[in-house]
Amino acid sequence: MIAATGQHPLMILIPAFNEEGAIATVIGELREQHPELPILVVDDCSADGTRTVALEAGADVITVPYHLGLGGCVQAGYRLAFDLGFQYVIRLDGDGQHDPAYVGLIRDTLLTSGAQMVIGSRYVNGDGKHTSVARGIGIVFFRWFLALILRKEVHDPTSGYVGVNRQALEVFARSFPLEYPEIEALVVLQRLTFRFEEVPVKMRARMAGVSTITAVRSFYYVLHVLLGVLVNILKYQGSKRRL
Amino acid sequence: MDRLLSIIAGVSILLIGVVLLNIRRAHIRVEYSVSWLGAAASMLALSQSPWLLTQLGHLIGVNNQPIALLLVVGALFLIVFFRFSVIISELKDANIALTQKVAILEYQLNAIHEKLQAPSRK
Repeated sequence: MIAATGQHPLMILIPAFNEEGAIATVIGELREQHPELPILVVDDCSADGTRTVALEAGADVITVPYHLGLGGCVQAGYRLAFDLGFQYVIRLDGDGQHDPAYVGLIRDTLLTSGAQMVIGSRYVNGDGKHTSVARGIGIVFFRWFLALILRKEVHDPTSGYVGVNRQALEVFARSFPLEYPEIEALVVLQRLTFRFEEVPVKMRARMAGVSTITAVRSFYYVLHVLLGVLVNILKYQGSKRRL
Repeated sequence: MDRLLSIIAGVSILLIGVVLLNIRRAHIRVEYSVSWLGAAASMLALSQSPWLLTQLGHLIGVNNQPIALLLVVGALFLIVFFRFSVIISELKDANIALTQKVAILEYQLNAIHEKLQAPSRK
């Protein structure tokens, strides 16, 4: 079982749903570049061999009994990390889009910046490649929308390549948006007057599988996230502070 | 008007019957049947009491009794649906938390099993 060791215990969290085609490569790259870091895969009740492949690749695996969706899956990982005493968690996708080469940069930024969350952003000195048209439009819209709410520009609000410290981990272990959690999570942080930083990363093409956000679902995505953001604003309590 | 009141009375009695039958068969828990029984009983009372319906019509500013009745019936069902939306949301939250807990406990249990079996393999 994974354990929180060292001065700044950090865990890698990979939520995965039907990622048997890519997960072994992602874990392999992580183990090669960061052999010291424990890797937890949260298998969202995949229908393929994701769990077996991840275990064989050397990761620890939690399998939820039924399909929870991305947010529920990530929260399960955050809960375990918090219970085990980890100070930092870096989450990346199991489809290979998130290059593990940037784990070090996110970790260092978490350690030095004092921000509660660090986002790997493909639009901060990155090239923004490997983004579908629908997602690209969504990113531009939410960038504008979030700038109004957060009073700070977020270049890549839908990025799932995210590191959090223990303060944010505690919050997210208790409560985390279920579907499309990235944008809502930013609003939750603002509510708590937490800070986030963005660091430049380059995204790769997914190694296998298909994105869950199709052109049709992207419309539902926008509505869902807008409603989620609105609800989080209504929940807001306490004094505001700039991020 | 009379036909509409009779239909609503019939639907109310049918609803009460169906709910009671489902309680008896344990398909609906008693605490979740209260909303339905309350709504059905209110519909029945309104449909059988022209005086009550008139008073209610005056109260909500609708002099046409059938429309007043339909408005009240609609409002009752909206309240019931809203109550169940709240209950479903609570149940979903609880279900997700339990699912996560089960997955974490299973993981920890497997780790303990492996640890216990490790010395015996040597």
